[in-house]
Amino acid sequence: MPQVDTTTNAGQLLAAASGGRRRVGDRVFSNTATAAAVTILALLAGVAIFLIAKGMPAFTHSASELPGGKTFIDYVAPLAFGTVLAASFAAIVAVPLAVAVALFITHIAPPRVALTLGYLVDLLAAIPSIIYGLWGIFVLGPAAVPVMQWLEEKLGFIPFFAGPASATGRTMFVAGLVLAVMILPIVSAVAREVFSQTPRKLQEGAQALGATRWEMIRMTVLPFGKSSVISGTMLGLGRALGETMAVTIILSASGAVTFNLISQSNPSTIAANIALDFPESSGLAVNVLIATGLVLFAITLVTNMAARAIIARQNRGE
Amino acid sequence: MSAISPHPGGALVSGGILPKWAPYGVFLGAAALSAAVLAAAGSFSIGLTLVFGVLLACVAIYSWSRAVEGPRRAVDRVVTMAIASAFALAMIPLASLLFEVAKRGLPGLSLEFITDDARGVINGGGAAHALVGTLVITGVATIISVPIGIMAAIYLTEYGGGKLRRALTFFVDVMTGIPSIVAGLFAYALFELFFGPGIRLGVMGSVALSVLMIPIVIRSAEEILKIVPNHLREAAYALGTPKWKTITKIVLPTAFAGLVTGVMIAIARIIGETAPLLVTTGVIDSINSDPFEGRMQNLAVYAYSEYRSPGVDKAASYERAWAAALLLIAIVMILNIVARMVYRRYKTEIR
Amino acid sequence: MLGAADKKRSAVESGSEKVAETATATAPGDLAQAPMAAKAKTIEARNVNLYYGAFHAVENVTLTIAPNKVTALIGSSGCGKTTFLRSLNRMHELTPGATVEGEITLDGEDMYASGVDPVRVRRLVGMVFQAPNPFPTMSIYDNVASGLNLNATRIKKAQKDEVVERSLRGANLWDEVKDRLDKPGLSLSGGQQQRLCIARATAVEPEVLLMDEPCSALDPVATLAIEDLIGELKSRYTIAIVTHNMQQAARASDLTAFFNLEESGKPGRLVEVGETETIFTNPTQKATEDYVTGRFG
Repeated sequence: MPQVDTTTNAGQLLAAASGGRRRVGDRVFSNTATAAAVTILALLAGVAIFLIAKGMPAFTHSASELPGGKTFIDYVAPLAFGTVLAASFAAIVAVPLAVAVALFITHIAPPRVALTLGYLVDLLAAIPSIIYGLWGIFVLGPAAVPVMQWLEEKLGFIPFFAGPASATGRTMFVAGLVLAVMILPIVSAVAREVFSQTPRKLQEGAQALGATRWEMIRMTVLPFGKSSVISGTMLGLGRALGETMAVTIILSASGAVTFNLISQSNPSTIAANIALDFPESSGLAVNVLIATGLVLFAITLVTNMAARAIIARQNRGE
Repeated sequence: MSAISPHPGGALVSGGILPKWAPYGVFLGAAALSAAVLAAAGSFSIGLTLVFGVLLACVAIYSWSRAVEGPRRAVDRVVTMAIASAFALAMIPLASLLFEVAKRGLPGLSLEFITDDARGVINGGGAAHALVGTLVITGVATIISVPIGIMAAIYLTEYGGGKLRRALTFFVDVMTGIPSIVAGLFAYALFELFFGPGIRLGVMGSVALSVLMIPIVIRSAEEILKIVPNHLREAAYALGTPKWKTITKIVLPTAFAGLVTGVMIAIARIIGETAPLLVTTGVIDSINSDPFEGRMQNLAVYAYSEYRSPGVDKAASYERAWAAALLLIAIVMILNIVARMVYRRYKTEIR
Repeated sequence: MLGAADKKRSAVESGSEKVAETATATAPGDLAQAPMAAKAKTIEARNVNLYYGAFHAVENVTLTIAPNKVTALIGSSGCGKTTFLRSLNRMHELTPGATVEGEITLDGEDMYASGVDPVRVRRLVGMVFQAPNPFPTMSIYDNVASGLNLNATRIKKAQKDEVVERSLRGANLWDEVKDRLDKPGLSLSGGQQQRLCIARATAVEPEVLLMDEPCSALDPVATLAIEDLIGELKSRYTIAIVTHNMQQAARASDLTAFFNLEESGKPGRLVEVGETETIFTNPTQKATEDYVTGRFG
């Protein structure tokens, strides 16, 4: 290849002018993307820093200086109890239903309608929480009164149903049921995803052995999806812990620490307490409420992290 | 068939099988029977009929199937019926909620409800100020969240590597789990620093909503950018296209419908938020369209305050709360449906 | 074998005649003088080693891609021929963790020298991919013009029309699509899409065309059309083509380079390179003979 004349082509590749201009465009764009990423981290750091800074006075002041004359721990403990109680009750109700819903959509309903049914369940997640609250207080609450009376009569020996049953429906029982409806689509979405991913070869293997549909589900789908259902439950729990409006509207809170779900006296939850008291608070009371928000943040963070850890472990295991 | 089987009509159909209509027939029969018995006992109600109907149907289908098809099929039958009933049970709240919101909200909906505010009205007025507030607060939140969210998603899918990428992925997960009320408290704490205690502004609500919206936008944009095939990026690079132009002219247009859909669904998720606005934008009864000056209120907060602090005529206040709820649910549903339609209609076919 | 090759050659001739005729009718002189005048550029690779992270994919390749010739890179799967091809226009480094050692020059200029913009390298060394990949959001016209648009080359609409037409004619696609230039690129058949991609690659007037198994996703008829096209394009470009199909290498190339992998996990190496006829009839290496006679791979 002798005829290559490098002198006339010199610098062709190194066309600095246009190359340099391009690099400016690339640099600006990639820096903008990186800046967005950093902004988000800064925003999150900001959430933590501002909440800690504004919540700190609640920890440093003595009981006599704080509103209500209680130490912060004494103030937040019943609220944290109510938060965990409501969310746990909701999860206990929602998870079996969510698993059933997921199984129905992925393995029982005809494939033609499965997509539509899935969409209906997703619709539950799209409804604003204020509307769940109104529905809970005006519709579900009154409807639940006879059920709660029945529970008190027949199952009153269980502490949860000790009664006396509320006549208004503004109870932990109703609030928990509404929370259950709200987290059901979250849990069922996670379960649906993994149930539909159950390897075909496992399912067909079970059916080739002559298993009925339920035996196939029990042998392959449920074991395959177990850890995802657990992580979905944690995600749902995280949502229920932080949910504010439904509880704020429905629950008639008295500050009592009790497992009794159906009576008139109920513990409040952290989120509902903030929503109720914050608009009328000033001074140190605001700091105390922000500090309770910090506690709520911590509780949901731990729950969500646990859920992610389970998902991550499962992904690694595959 | 019978030629294969050594016992004609034997191995394959031994024990027989229930007719196709069996589960439905059994359920209807069981429900009718429980309705009749309950009516006879004088305590008929739809709820009780369904409860006893399902229980009775489970027992009946089990017995019948066990007699005809054997115990294993019988268990399968009863579990299938139980799961289907559980699904139906889970759908009851949705049906009831949509029905009740429509029934209770429709009477309160009128032209005045949308065009009037509640200024100086002792009892009555409309929700125009809340509609304006919803638009402004949500709009500003969208303006903040969409560029940051989509650029961050671009960072994750096109640029990111190493520590920052892993940190961002992790913290977006954390952010997804922030309770909405905590986002509100953050916005309050941030603005209090600059404007002093008790501050309430529309833009504070937007900042709070952005904390909730950004992770949703990032997640959906990331998903959609990931499915833009890599061979399209390579085709552009091979033409001598700089990376930023490959992203803006090839990747983003290919993903456009998906990005729009993601943003619309994110808007639908935050447009009905109440809690973070209670602590940031406050309540107000007249129209305010300036997010940087004075209180503001969205439809959800309007519905809440009509319920929480009703006027003299309690029923009228509740009616307005339901009308706002209906309006809100209609907006959310329309956003969701239009978002899905946009995706189905305009998504780029990639083979 | 011989008969088929003859028939093919006559098809090429009649095809190019037709193109030349129509070209003179619509755009006098433009197309006719473009092919002959061009003296394409040479790529020389010296001691090139390619890595994916710690994995050594290609070892010590020294190879010249001669101008106005078609050089075929053949070898079994995983022998590094595609990786090597992608290093010739700096596409290799787009894979995270991928690195290059050694020297690759374009007409004597080191394309990996510091200060060389890889974007500029790819302008001069175009690439056609395994599966046809027209931009899904763009029409046929915009696909061909995409290189110009994406490079922010400011040219007049009339000039752009001319480039699009010339590129599509050059890719033997003009007559099939001239009435539907505004239709999506994806509305074409697979073989047409691949020719569209070739038109897109040539519209920016590169010096070298790299083709990575351009026919592997196409049916035999479409494959023949692309091979004909490659035969025509070499009058203007330097062409390197990776192929799994030995008949294709034999039919379409002037020079053949055989890559081999001693065992999996080891890097791929260049075994020998020479005139295609020599490689297929009288190779010097045993491994080459085994491969081209189908005893291996």
